[in-house]
Amino acid sequence: MQTLCAGLVGVMVAASVYLILDRNLIRFLFGLILAGNAINLLIFAVGRLDSQRPPLIPDPATAMQGSFANALPQALILTAIVIGFALLSFIFVLFYRAYQELGTVDTEFMRVAEADPNDQLPVSSPQPGEPA
Amino acid sequence: MSVLLILPILLPLAGGVIAVFLKSNPKRSLQLALTNAGLQTLTSGLLLYHVHLNGILSTQIGNWPAPFGITLVADHLSAVLVMITAIVNLAVTSYSKADIDAGLIGRGYYPLLQMLVCGICGAFLTGDIFNLYVWFEVMLIASFGLLVLGQSKSQLDGGVKYVVINLLATLLFIAGIGLLYGLTGTLNLADLHTKVPLIANRGLLTAVAMIFVAAFGIKAALFPLFFWLPAAYHTPPVAVSAIFSGLLTKVGIYALIRVFTLVFTVDMGYFYPALLVMAALTMITGVLGAAAQNEFRRILSFHIISQVGYMAMGLALQTRLALAGTIFYLIHHIIVKANLFLVSGVVQRLQGSFELAQLGGIYRSNGWIAILFFIPAFSLAGFPPLSGFWAKMILIRASLDIHQYGLAFVAAAVGLLTVYSMTKIWAEVFWKPAPQANHFSEAMIPRKTSAWMLAPITALALLTIIIGFGAEFVYKFAWQAAEELSHPQYYVNAVLGNRQ
Repeated sequence: MQTLCAGLVGVMVAASVYLILDRNLIRFLFGLILAGNAINLLIFAVGRLDSQRPPLIPDPATAMQGSFANALPQALILTAIVIGFALLSFIFVLFYRAYQELGTVDTEFMRVAEADPNDQLPVSSPQPGEPA
Repeated sequence: MSVLLILPILLPLAGGVIAVFLKSNPKRSLQLALTNAGLQTLTSGLLLYHVHLNGILSTQIGNWPAPFGITLVADHLSAVLVMITAIVNLAVTSYSKADIDAGLIGRGYYPLLQMLVCGICGAFLTGDIFNLYVWFEVMLIASFGLLVLGQSKSQLDGGVKYVVINLLATLLFIAGIGLLYGLTGTLNLADLHTKVPLIANRGLLTAVAMIFVAAFGIKAALFPLFFWLPAAYHTPPVAVSAIFSGLLTKVGIYALIRVFTLVFTVDMGYFYPALLVMAALTMITGVLGAAAQNEFRRILSFHIISQVGYMAMGLALQTRLALAGTIFYLIHHIIVKANLFLVSGVVQRLQGSFELAQLGGIYRSNGWIAILFFIPAFSLAGFPPLSGFWAKMILIRASLDIHQYGLAFVAAAVGLLTVYSMTKIWAEVFWKPAPQANHFSEAMIPRKTSAWMLAPITALALLTIIIGFGAEFVYKFAWQAAEELSHPQYYVNAVLGNRQ
C-alpha cells in the first residue's frame, strides 16, 4: 500500500513539474494544484497506512496495540489543505487580474516590471501611492 | 514572563483585526497602527532585555508539555530580530502616513501590514517547525496582498512572479516537514535536535535537509533561486518595499540558521562547502546585477541579494565568530536596507521618478537628504566607522581565520563593487545637475516631503551611526547569540528542561 502510494506521489510530482515548467500560467496553476495534492499524499503516506481502525486506546490499556496509522500527519494535511485553499483562491484572482491588465497568460510576454533596457523610453507605471 | 513572548505576536494580530474595521477611516487607522507599533517596540525591547539578562525564554502554548504542544522560544537571535522588526514596523508605519493614500488604506493596507509583522514575529519566535510553516504562510499571504495593493500593471506582473515562486517554496517546505516527521516522529525543534542524530539512514536525512535548503533558499534569495526578488520589489508603494526589503529575505536566512544550527547538526556531507559556493555566487551575482541597473529601487533590490550572500557566508563558515558576524550583519542590514528604500521614496517624491537619468541635483536643493542617503548607503558599502564596516570586517576576519582566502577576497571585492553602485546613485541623483525637462511622464509631479517621511529616515540613520560607534556592544551581543547557536544544548534545555 505504502509503495503504491509512494509511486503515485512520484508520478503526480513528475506530471506537476512538467506542467509547472510551461510558460502558460493556466497550465502552471494546474501543475501547482497537482503538486499540492501530491505532497499531501506524501505526508499521508509518511504517517503509515497500515490499519483501518481509528487510533484509539481501548479502555484498560494505556498504550496502542499493534500497528496504527499516525493521526498527526493527517492533522498536518488538514492544515495544509486549508492554507492551500486560501492561497489558491488568491492566486486564481491574481492571475485573472494579471490577465485583464497585461492581456496575456504567457510569461514570456509579461515584461512590464522588468522592461527591456534597450527600449526607447523607460516603462514608468504610475505609483499606486500617487494620485495619477 | 511568558506574556512577553506572546505579546510581539498578539499585538499586531489584534491590531490587524481591529484595523479591518477602521479601513474607511484613514486617521483612526494610522493612530491605531502607530500606537500598536509603539507598544510592540516597547514590549519587544522588554523581551530583548529579559532574554539578555536571564537567558533563553520559552513558553508552552496551552500548557501542553514541550514536544507535544507548540512552543514559543526567544533566544538572543530571535529576540533581537523581533526588536528590529518592531523598529522597522514603527518607521514604515510613520512613513505610510505620507506615502499611503486613503484609497489604499480603504483596500486594507494597515490590516495587511500588521498581519505581515505578526507573521514575521511568529516565525522568529516559534520553536516548532510546523508552526514555522504556518507563520510563513501568514507572512506570505499578507505580503501577497501588500505587493499587489493598488493593482498597477507592473505590480501585477511582479506579483505573479513573486507569488508563483513563493508557493513552490512553501510546497517544498511542507514536503520537507512531512518527511522529517516521518523520520523522527516529532516537530518540536528542540526535540528534533535530540532525535535527528538517531536516524540511521543518513542519505535520506541529507536529502530532507536539501529540501529545506531549497525552500529557505528561495525565501532568502540565495544564488540560483533569487530571480523573483528584483522582479517584484521595485513595484509596490515605497513603504511596502521598505518593509519587504528589510525583513522578508531575512526570515529565510533566520530559518536557515535556526534549522542548520539546531536540527541538522550531524555531519551534512557536502552541504557546507556547497553553501560556501552558493554564498559567494550570491554576493557576486547580486552586486553585478546591481551594477547593470539604472533604476533606484532596482539597484537596491539587487543589493539585497548580494548582502544575503554575506549572511549565508557566515553560516557556511561554521565558526562561532562567523555566526556572530552573520548576526551582526542581520542587525545592521535590516535597518540600513529599509532606510535606503525609504530614502528612494523621498527622492521620488521630490522629483517624481526612480530612474537615475531623470533625477539629479538633490545635493544642491536638499542637502540634508543627501546626508540621510549617505549614511545608510556607505554603511551598506562598508565604510568605517559605520555599521556595515564592522559587519563585513567580522565576516572577513572569520573566513581568514579558517584559511578561506578566496571567500575573504570575494567578500572584500563585493564590498568594493557595492561602493561603485552607491557612488553611481550618489553621482546621478545627488551631484549631477537636475535634468532640464521633466516631461517623461504624467506621474512625475514633484511634491513636498513631510516630517512623517523624514523622521523615520533620520531615526534609522541615527541607529546606523549608533551601531557603528557602539560596535563593541553589538558585537558582544552577537557573540553571545552565536554562543547559544553553536551550543544547541542551551536551547534544548530551555525548551525541554534538563530531563534528558
